[in-house]
Amino acid sequence: MSLQSQDILRRSASPTQPPIAREHKVEVAKLIDVTTCIGCKACQVACSEWNDLRDEVGENVGVYDNPADLTAQSWTVMRYSEVEENGKLEWLIRKDGCMHCAEPGCLKACPSPGAIIQYANGIVDFQSEHCIGCGYCISGCPFNVPRINAKDNKAYKCTLCSDRVTVGQEPACVKTCPTGAIRFGSKDDMKAYAADRVEELKTRGYAQAGLYDPEGVGGTHVMYVLHHADRPQLYHGLPEKPAISPVVRLWKGFLKPLATVGLAASVLFGFFHYIGVGPNRADETDHEEDKA
Amino acid sequence: MQVNRRQFFKLCAGGMAGSTIAALGFMPEKALADVRNYKLLRATETRNTCPYCSVGCGILMYSLGDGAKNAKSEIFHIEGDPDHPVNRGALCPKGAGLVDFIHSPNRLKHPEVREAGSNEWKRISWEEAFERIARHMKADRDANFVEKNADGVTVNRWLTTGFLAASASSNEAGWLTHKFTRSLGMLAVDNQARV
Amino acid sequence: MTNHWVDIKNANLIVVMGGNAAEAHPVGFRWAIEAKTRNKAKLIVIDPRFTRTASVADFYAPIRTGTDITLLSGVIRYLLETGKYNKEYTLAYTNAALLVNPDFAFEDGLFSGYNAEKRSYDKSTWSYQLDEQGFAKRDDTLADPRCVINLLKAHVARYTPEMVETICGTPKAAFQKICEYIAETGAADKTTSFLYALGWTQHSIGAQNIRTMAMIQLLLGNMGMAGGGVNALRGHSNIQGLTDIGLLSTSLPGYLTMPSEKEPTLEAYLSKYTAKPLADGQMNYWQNYPKFFVSLMKAMWGDKATADNGWGYDLLPKWDKGYDVLQYFEMMHAGKVNGYFCQGFNPVASFPNKNKVVASLSRLKYLVIMDPLATETSTFWKNHGEQNDVSTADIKTEVFRLPTTCFAEEDGAIVNSGRWLQWHWKGADAPGEALTDPEILAGIFLKLKAMYAKEGGKFPDAIQSLSWSYLDPHEPKPEELSKELNGRALADLPDPKNPGQFLAKKGEQLPGFAALQDDGSTASGCWIFAGSWTQAGNQMARRDNSDPSGLGNTPGWSWAWPANRRILYNRASCRPDGTPWDKARTLIKWNGEKWVGIDVPDFKADEPPGSPMGPFIMQTEGLGRLFALDKMAEGPFPEHYEPFETPLGTNPLHPKVISNPAARLFKTDKEQLGGHEAFPYAATTYRLTEHFHYWTKHARLNAIMQPEQFVEIGEELAAEKGIVHGDTVKVSSKRGYIKAKAVVTKRIKALNVNGKKVHHVGIPIHWGFEGVAKKGFIANTLTPFVGDANTQTPEFKSFLVNVEKA
Repeated sequence: MSLQSQDILRRSASPTQPPIAREHKVEVAKLIDVTTCIGCKACQVACSEWNDLRDEVGENVGVYDNPADLTAQSWTVMRYSEVEENGKLEWLIRKDGCMHCAEPGCLKACPSPGAIIQYANGIVDFQSEHCIGCGYCISGCPFNVPRINAKDNKAYKCTLCSDRVTVGQEPACVKTCPTGAIRFGSKDDMKAYAADRVEELKTRGYAQAGLYDPEGVGGTHVMYVLHHADRPQLYHGLPEKPAISPVVRLWKGFLKPLATVGLAASVLFGFFHYIGVGPNRADETDHEEDKA
Repeated sequence: MQVNRRQFFKLCAGGMAGSTIAALGFMPEKALADVRNYKLLRATETRNTCPYCSVGCGILMYSLGDGAKNAKSEIFHIEGDPDHPVNRGALCPKGAGLVDFIHSPNRLKHPEVREAGSNEWKRISWEEAFERIARHMKADRDANFVEKNADGVTVNRWLTTGFLAASASSNEAGWLTHKFTRSLGMLAVDNQARV
Repeated sequence: MTNHWVDIKNANLIVVMGGNAAEAHPVGFRWAIEAKTRNKAKLIVIDPRFTRTASVADFYAPIRTGTDITLLSGVIRYLLETGKYNKEYTLAYTNAALLVNPDFAFEDGLFSGYNAEKRSYDKSTWSYQLDEQGFAKRDDTLADPRCVINLLKAHVARYTPEMVETICGTPKAAFQKICEYIAETGAADKTTSFLYALGWTQHSIGAQNIRTMAMIQLLLGNMGMAGGGVNALRGHSNIQGLTDIGLLSTSLPGYLTMPSEKEPTLEAYLSKYTAKPLADGQMNYWQNYPKFFVSLMKAMWGDKATADNGWGYDLLPKWDKGYDVLQYFEMMHAGKVNGYFCQGFNPVASFPNKNKVVASLSRLKYLVIMDPLATETSTFWKNHGEQNDVSTADIKTEVFRLPTTCFAEEDGAIVNSGRWLQWHWKGADAPGEALTDPEILAGIFLKLKAMYAKEGGKFPDAIQSLSWSYLDPHEPKPEELSKELNGRALADLPDPKNPGQFLAKKGEQLPGFAALQDDGSTASGCWIFAGSWTQAGNQMARRDNSDPSGLGNTPGWSWAWPANRRILYNRASCRPDGTPWDKARTLIKWNGEKWVGIDVPDFKADEPPGSPMGPFIMQTEGLGRLFALDKMAEGPFPEHYEPFETPLGTNPLHPKVISNPAARLFKTDKEQLGGHEAFPYAATTYRLTEHFHYWTKHARLNAIMQPEQFVEIGEELAAEKGIVHGDTVKVSSKRGYIKAKAVVTKRIKALNVNGKKVHHVGIPIHWGFEGVAKKGFIANTLTPFVGDANTQTPEFKSFLVNVEKA
């Protein structure tokens, strides 16, 4: 189903702005209320079922997390963290996946024209046929979400069920969520609902309850209600202040204009290789720290 | 300069070159973004109830074909029934994966028998299956049926064959099971509620 | 459930105990979350493990597996001592004021009438004091020490907070908090909903676990109330329906009892089960027993059931004892069984002591499997190494494996936990040659019938008499069977209240069970289903989801037994004078002439408020029972007995009576019980939310979500044993062993019980040697072959194991 260019807000590696006359488009958002999530993985199943994905049958590595990480076949996974403080145990369970940032680091890093699109409703979507498998979107993502599929060397991630949303339906994970912990609607409505939830949580003793809609990426179209909004890292390393990597900013701000006047591709290639590999390493280190 | 999609990809074949070319203004004229086609548009929708736990969630099953006689139905997607008062469209991880239960590679397709001492299955016809099973039952029942107990009370029971009834079969199948087993005199009848 | 799923949202307090609703019934649990977010309800979880339900709870307290009666009796003690319960309700609607037989006693762990040799009770003293009319005596001043409530007070006096901590390992402060939470709902306009499931039933004291909770609900005045009730979250999609239809050894459809050899005649049988009132002016609904039974006989045998032959009474088998599955596999193990049918059931995986089950099946002559999937039971004869180490050539069982349709490939109705009969429709053909269960049963039955007709044989009468008037005898249709369950008029049925009018004309579908007759003029396969398929059509297929009251009662959605009633005992939602305990949850009210409301009144429609008729219309005295009379095997009050495999080796309350004295234990199984010296850890089996029993390991999506067998152990025990997460461990009981990955967790903590440290080992059940998930061991290799004294449900939830690094 084609989307007219007027429904597109941004397009990777395309400095010319798409038409923006349809500015009245509703901005959508998915709200994940971590405090009512039971970690059942219905969203994982519904996502794979709707998107016709079947990951490998893996193995148990001593935790409930399965599949153990996001893959090209698993676009959302639950992250389980057992947190014990002052003798009180909490089992914090967070649904991980694409945050659909307003300022998408993946899109900004992507060198292939039109491989990453941001629609006017806020969804950030990959156009596989334009994807060249360079992996820069992974480097550009402050949440470490996209994954390359080894079989076709293309990057994949949650589409926020753009096919469903386009015809007026909620994403598959939202619809299936047994407890209603995942909600979908306009971003304004979701923020209002989140505010109610935060208020209610405060009456139950969660003084630091709050909404996770980080400014560093211009806000997100997937937001969390957290009991401990002051410490997002408790939730399996959810970044406290996510931001687009400075290297990607550099590329956007300085190098990309150079590219437009035809800078030698070989120079660029080395550069991209650096940012492709570098941040990945940094991410792994981050994870080690989280576990410690 | 007119560039169609295919030519555009050729031009961009270097991958990296694409960004540069695009930036220079070599854009295909129809550079639209595509979302995946909505896959349920004319699929047949059938209402059913999840067969797993006792919440009894309403489900919508989508199958290939619009009901035309020449099309063979095949269920390819299941999601929750938003009208259902209990689940209101939701399904748990079991229910959300029902399509893989229906199409499990381990679904049985033909009657089979494993002969005494054998290490393999042998495919048989329904006729043979019914005949052989009935023959076993009759032999056992005729040999072991108890018409009267030691006190001479009519008891008409058959204790040497038992029946373990299902947990997800319909009431209708259950009722026929009841008629079947009790008319034969069976008392070792139980269902999953026991455990 | 006396109530239903959506109704959970009306609760003020939700207690999850003996279950794990978020994981086993996630979508039903949405209404618990709804209660929290919309009704400011509190959610508390009491469980040996910090479960995914606990992860969203307001309060969690640990408890040692198998000790729930102790904790709940402690709650009863707290309510009675503090007076924080609904006294008006308790006095009017329960048997609190009734006087108990002076000879009834409880001493040192045993009730009066115990016979140690038979391991059972003579229950004659478990009764009321009766007056000259045969009605139970009562003392509304509650001064008489023999009043039920006074005996109850004395009985629970031993369950102090200290005793709770000693037996359960639940810290005193946590227990105090639980009591306070529950006591708050003793107010007339507050309710608690307990969500429980197999975590209470699968114990040698399972039925009493539930009874103790039900007694709390009576004291709190929660029975009959929206947001209250006793809500069993049943495990499978239609065990409610298949139980309703009486597919249990000594049952008949509609909770009638299969005749036993002690009732040689119809008269003896009917007089035993036709209830006589124990108080004046009661509805005593079981007085209609003959109508239900005779109508069933007419449905079974058609014209062959006549007044002259006692409606075919002799055509039914008569039992000498119950042939529950534990009893039957014991017989099979002893070589006394020749044939067995497994219809959509996988006993190798589902029954305790898997090695005994496999050995038992190996002694059969023939085994018939009807299933959509390749189950472990169907391939029990195959060698799967350690996971199923059998000698195939020595197993002489002939195994027939018959492919059946699954839910998606057939029409029909199933009954959810809320008693809703919901019709479903076929969406596609079954794979290959699979047939529906009715087609398979018809195929075998018609063969047998023809053989008996041609060759003769033992007692062909019942076979030849069975009513089988289906349009295509080889393919009984769901609609035909469903109409049979509802029942129809076999003659014109005059309406006694409106001369000249008829309840139903000959041949018509019956409007409900009130039209049933005991003279052979009606047929109904299951009286409680009468009303499900009337002259107006299939009521189970109704899809009006409107909810006029906002209480979630949706009376136009599907059809609920009995009589489309959504909340049972709803007369008790009003005071004796007819005003609702809580206006905001008015279910029914008296309009001056009759009871009306958003639900079908569970009461005599024109019986005015203030009459002596009690709201529990199925009971002979019309009251909720805090004293169970002779209805339970091990006593009219609940008492704590240790699991048959106890980590303590004693019972702190009465060391001479450690475990349930009325539970049946076969000799060979007794020898296979382990002691706490060799098997020091308390083990419990359970389900995970990603899987459904042994079915979803055949579904790729679910196999991806939890691919491989694991067990859960606490960090402290893991450290002691040198186990780290991801290690393979060997878990063994006296009956066998399994190997699985270790999930080491903070969520299972050691408990201090009776002066010693008790560790729990958690054992999810979902793997086996068939399926698309990683192959695993049958968890029930470990579990003991002993059951509840009333239900014979096996003690899957409490036994002993040892753990070591593999």
